[in-house]
Amino acid sequence: MTATTPELSGNPELRALLKQVDPRRHRRDKVMRALIVGAFVLACLPLLSVAWTVVKNGAERFNVYFLTHSMRGVFGGMDAGGVYHAIVGTVEITLFAALISVPIGLLTAIYLVEYGRGHLARAVTFFVDVMTGIPSIVAGLFAYALFAVFLGPGVRMGAVGSVALSVLMIPVVVRSSEEMLRLVPNELREAALALGVPRWLVVIKVVLRTAVAGIVTGVMIAISRVIGETAPLLITVGVIDSINFNLFDGRMMTLPVYVYRQFQNGLVPCSPGATDCIATINYDRAWAGALTLILIVMLLNLVARLVTRFFAPKNLR
Amino acid sequence: MSTTQTPPVSIAGGPEPQGPGRALRRSRARAADRGASRAFRWLATGAGALILVTLAAVAVFLVIKAWPALSTPSSELVKQVNLLRGSSSLLDYVGPMIFGTILAAALALLMAVPVAIGIALFISHYAPRRLASGLGYVIDLLAAVPSVVYGLWGALVLAPLVQPVWAWLGTHVGWFPLFAGTVSPTARVLLTVGIVLAVMILPIITAVSREVFLQTPRLHEEAALALGATRWEMIRTAVLPFGRSGVISAAMLGLGRALGETMAVLMILSPGFLYSFRILEAGQQQTIAANIAAQFPEATPMGVSTLIATGLALFLITLVVNMGARWIVSRRKDFSGAN
Repeated sequence: MTATTPELSGNPELRALLKQVDPRRHRRDKVMRALIVGAFVLACLPLLSVAWTVVKNGAERFNVYFLTHSMRGVFGGMDAGGVYHAIVGTVEITLFAALISVPIGLLTAIYLVEYGRGHLARAVTFFVDVMTGIPSIVAGLFAYALFAVFLGPGVRMGAVGSVALSVLMIPVVVRSSEEMLRLVPNELREAALALGVPRWLVVIKVVLRTAVAGIVTGVMIAISRVIGETAPLLITVGVIDSINFNLFDGRMMTLPVYVYRQFQNGLVPCSPGATDCIATINYDRAWAGALTLILIVMLLNLVARLVTRFFAPKNLR
Repeated sequence: MSTTQTPPVSIAGGPEPQGPGRALRRSRARAADRGASRAFRWLATGAGALILVTLAAVAVFLVIKAWPALSTPSSELVKQVNLLRGSSSLLDYVGPMIFGTILAAALALLMAVPVAIGIALFISHYAPRRLASGLGYVIDLLAAVPSVVYGLWGALVLAPLVQPVWAWLGTHVGWFPLFAGTVSPTARVLLTVGIVLAVMILPIITAVSREVFLQTPRLHEEAALALGATRWEMIRTAVLPFGRSGVISAAMLGLGRALGETMAVLMILSPGFLYSFRILEAGQQQTIAANIAAQFPEATPMGVSTLIATGLALFLITLVVNMGARWIVSRRKDFSGAN
């Protein structure tokens, strides 16, 4: 390796030229490295800032009272009011949305992986991707229009919001389930088919059974994505201060809309001598609501990861 | 069993048997597809078709509910709908909002794309292998934060923070058309909105770009390094040209998100209905999505119809952008933002 031709070794000028690094190129490399690392740090700043301010401002009001009381009868700068009615609404509406989207999404994924060929499959794949880009407010308008056409205008109930959310949720469920189903080894399908098991039982008992952990994870991630949607719920479900358990009758409050509503109420004009009046109460509640929402989203993400870790088939990990 | 029936299960790689063998196989394939199996196949196919039906239904129902506003003559509509006060027709009403929507999204894109490319390169080519997936997860966390929280943060934390900077820009760079006008004392302006939107679309642009950069042929990279290129030169000559179309489609996906984002704009921007480039002045622009969310709860039936007509415009714009992006992506690789 060290053997060099005599002419080369005897040419100190060339030797120096080869050993030396072009300072300009070197400097540019350094600068670009700094910029690229800087871009990553820059992106972390808003994440840290959001996390810090939400925890700092939300922790003050975030307690059992806040989680177990509604806003019924709360007015002005009263030191009262909670988020219970919004949690009820969010949980019910999101679960119903999942109830609509999971069967449709899962069956579509099965179609794409097990049966899909030709134009229809290609069209479905393409439009599932396009569907991920539908603005959430348009999904809300669609749900409103759908129910307004069939049930008359001015319908406000939780189920409308669920339909809006499921439009946003279906494509996410399809993509994640499809990926999981494609991971199932073909040998399993072949072995089952060779034993004479009917095709639909192969899909349900072998393919789905193998992929179940991944699918559950995907569904939970999808739920955590739509649980924070505000705009479609704002225009379909409306706002209310009391607890409403019925998805099919009347307005419901949801956590994101609650946060928006409290923010919109703004500062309270307190009279100078008032003792039971907090000027920033609405903002405080908004932050505490945001903290609740973020905790729910993080919890869903965490559980989803744990499901993958503990329930995935051993040989597929 | 049936190789023609199931593309993933390819057992027999040989040529299709001719004559009686082929007929036998056909009949066997048909026999396997009966009863519950057939029902299940139709169920799955039906679910797939339902996706297409849903997308079509979105368009159809929006048109149905927007039709009253679309079909009423402008002079009538302006009298009936309070929202249209000050504009001469529906087009006159939605025009400035389309402008505002595109301006906000363009600002967000302008800020997000360079940063996203940087992050994607950092994760794919600079960060240690062991850390890379963890760092990718950190960026994905940005996507997990609900939009209403971004709105709250943008209005109560970011706006006061950037106000002095905007004031400085206004006094020193005020000759630049974008920074002209009176700087808002609350910073509830389009530039602040642009920053928040940029943060919100960072994850999707990063995810798609990262995926494309990771696909750069290893030999191209090694060839560049072997020729004496520095790491940046290797990226410029091998990685970036290879990933260009991927980055373009990633940017378009981000654009689609930014166009449709509601809450951040609704909570931060102080709205106005002008064709104005002044992004530091309050009360200049408004976006379609934020306007719908702001006006919808209190709108009259005809007002609702008008708002749905503006929503239809937004739907068409995002549909075109997304289909363009997906078309570019699908030409190269099976990847979408949903996974």
